[in-house]
Amino acid sequence: VKRIYGASPIHLLAHLASLALALWAVGQILDARAATTIVIWLVGSVLLHDAILWPLYSLLDQVAWSTALAIDGGGRVPAINHLRVPVALCALMFIAGFPAILEIREGNYTRVSGVGYDGYLGRWLLVSGLLFAGSAALYAVRVRRAAAARGR
Amino acid sequence: MKLPQPPGPFRPEFWDSPLRGRWMTSMLGLLTLLFFGTSAITGFLSHAAYNPGLGTNAIVPRDADLPLTFDWLTSPSWLYAFTQGLHVTVGFAAIPILTAKLWSVMPRLFQFPPVRSPAEAIERVSIGLFVSSSVFLLATGVCNVFYFYPFAFNFVVAHYYAAVIFSASLLVHLVVKLPIVFSKLREQGLKPLHQDLASTVPEPYDPEDDVRARHPADPTLSRRGLFGFALGGSALLTVGMAGQSLGGPLRKVAFLAPRRGGFGDGPNDFAVNKTAAAARITPEMTGAGYRLELVHGSKTLSLSRAQLLAMELQTADLPIACVEGWSTTQAWTGVPLAALAAMVGAQDAGQVLVESLQPRGILRKAALSHDQFMADRALLALKVNDADLSPDHGYPARIIVPALPGVHNTKWVGKMTFS
Repeated sequence: VKRIYGASPIHLLAHLASLALALWAVGQILDARAATTIVIWLVGSVLLHDAILWPLYSLLDQVAWSTALAIDGGGRVPAINHLRVPVALCALMFIAGFPAILEIREGNYTRVSGVGYDGYLGRWLLVSGLLFAGSAALYAVRVRRAAAARGR
Repeated sequence: MKLPQPPGPFRPEFWDSPLRGRWMTSMLGLLTLLFFGTSAITGFLSHAAYNPGLGTNAIVPRDADLPLTFDWLTSPSWLYAFTQGLHVTVGFAAIPILTAKLWSVMPRLFQFPPVRSPAEAIERVSIGLFVSSSVFLLATGVCNVFYFYPFAFNFVVAHYYAAVIFSASLLVHLVVKLPIVFSKLREQGLKPLHQDLASTVPEPYDPEDDVRARHPADPTLSRRGLFGFALGGSALLTVGMAGQSLGGPLRKVAFLAPRRGGFGDGPNDFAVNKTAAAARITPEMTGAGYRLELVHGSKTLSLSRAQLLAMELQTADLPIACVEGWSTTQAWTGVPLAALAAMVGAQDAGQVLVESLQPRGILRKAALSHDQFMADRALLALKVNDADLSPDHGYPARIIVPALPGVHNTKWVGKMTFS
């Protein structure tokens, strides 16, 4: 089995069992309301990560690299992580709260909950601003320390 | 015939991160398992908490469900607030962890040739379902807590079956990968976490392990730095969300949470899942003509709010805990459900179907089990924090049962049928 299949029989049995359960669930989905949309969303989820999120953050990292080089001049204290971290956290907060931040379909939400999405955009910007400021302050301290260490 | 290798990410030279390797993937895998495992278990518990076997409670069709449910408990009263708060908060916190985990194995997506054996083909199908369902669960979960429905499907049904696909592919992934994880842990333990940036070295290139870079760049982040980065993201989202479940002063700290504030005046100022207006409850329905109907077999009884208020009342501090993760504990005063059951001789009934005055909506009625309506502190609440319930909190009367999912605490109760 190993030579033809490429792995142990346990590998095959475990996969067959798992796929049987997973395909059962896919079968139930095909019977559910708006089945096509669910399937589109399942495929879209892979694309969301592999074709949008990953290329986007890889590209952003390249931009961060050139920006960091402009800041630190390739010097002793690299600026890259001082950019990477706040940018990533800012994006992460956006991903986790975009409907409230962008006030998408706020009417729906207000109708059921009585409250609206006031302040989410402001708080997202505020927390992001604090992260950038904290990161910049930390960078300034590290540059100063490095300079002092060199001067000694 | 040998196919020519496509350019870009299909070439090993494209990948130059010095951190990728089996140790990194193993550790991020364990972290992902911890987060997703917690969310999966609490998610399936929530499915059971709805008692889908009773009345019309099932949202996932009963004949197309897995036999994973059991009689939900009524104690401790904060049980559902805890499990569901955990489900949502940990689910949000899993976003950066899953992103890091997928980053660590990205080169495998582009391996060339894509499939080298039948074993690899079947494994890749399973990995595809794994990635698809995990991202789907996070994406639909985030949309749902914000009432943002850019889809026509039923969230509960789709989220549930996606969780089944996820669990099935997770289990087989563990069967295949845990031996590698354990061997890496035995070999290196947590040693790589002790290395700072200066002492961070790539794992040596190994053509068998295709996530390692052939020509690694200089590291800009240590391995523990990467863990700190991902966990820092989780911590930030936890701070942003957890307050809506924990309550108290932390509620206002939860800067991203949808239910960080209340809705109502004075004693009624706490979060509402569905306003009276959204449920189409009118003042005529709840005014002087309001009657609560109790039915048990041929026995029926009709009670006005004044008659209910004249009964022996009980006060209990109980949480309302929403499936969306938020919860709020209030002091409710009302008639014990057991006393109402006794009035129609239904102490031994198996269940009670509670119907709202609300004219439509799938959650306008909910069935409670015998243990639930006979539970200590299970009330038909008439007051909250010593004031009459506000219309949005269910005036004239609402159900409040310990550890019951929020929406099953039916508001504007019009009829209770014991059977």
